[in-house]
Amino acid sequence: MTVYAEQLSCQELVELVTEYLEGALPEEEAGRFESHIGTCNGCRIYLEQMRQTIVVLGHLPDGALAPEAESALLDAFRGWRSS
Amino acid sequence: MSEAQLVEALRGGDEEAFRELVREYQPSLVRVARIYVPTQTAAEDVAAETWLGVLNGLDRFEGRSSLRTWIFRILTNIAKTRAVRDGRTLPFSALDPGRVPEAAVDADRFLDPEHPRWPGHWAVKPEAWPEDALLAAETREVIAEAIEALPATQRAVISLRDVEGWSSDEVRNALDLSETNQRVLLHRARSKVRAALESYLQENT
Repeated sequence: MTVYAEQLSCQELVELVTEYLEGALPEEEAGRFESHIGTCNGCRIYLEQMRQTIVVLGHLPDGALAPEAESALLDAFRGWRSS
Repeated sequence: MSEAQLVEALRGGDEEAFRELVREYQPSLVRVARIYVPTQTAAEDVAAETWLGVLNGLDRFEGRSSLRTWIFRILTNIAKTRAVRDGRTLPFSALDPGRVPEAAVDADRFLDPEHPRWPGHWAVKPEAWPEDALLAAETREVIAEAIEALPATQRAVISLRDVEGWSSDEVRNALDLSETNQRVLLHRARSKVRAALESYLQENT
């Protein structure tokens, strides 16, 4: 039973995913994280989904500046340069 | 172009260099401004004012901090001043995730923590996502909506880290966050975006 108490539950693991991905978990905790992932299919899929989420976030288009706003800034730049 | 070269080009009136700089930082400036001001339009105004502040201060920029950090400091000062002027006191905890825990995954997805055999184990496991659906344009819209629905600080952190690809240190400096708070905000934001994706993909694939 003590063995069980030391293991992470799935509910605990999902709260550690970001710390794990950021390399911020202490070594022992990272070991418990990985040993759980090694045997739990649900958590393995969960971790994969978080990784996929991050990848897709990286492919979102930036909020571009409206052309008229950009030309207003460039006008300001020209004004600043000639002042 | 190195940063020193870029600053030199800007001081010399290089319009193309200025245009590049604006294109690179404008989306982030607006997102960060949204932490302090209530609307998108107000945030765009703050960003525009920031660029004027950058031009006015450029001759005094000494390179003691990075150009990016310097620009974001100007933004933050302008946004705070504006919040005060508009009578909006910034909630003291705007940049503090607080002590109220937020679950990354709904508790009802798990078995009871007192379950005799599988405490806290998945009751409803996640299912692997189809790769092609992830890349679809509609999926991106779902993500964009999920980001928009986040509290402003979480939105700023996930936008800078994951959309713009900044490092955690750069985000901490720009937003003046502790390492822990940056991570907690990122965790909450990513968890919510994942959950939004999961519910969308479940219904639509």
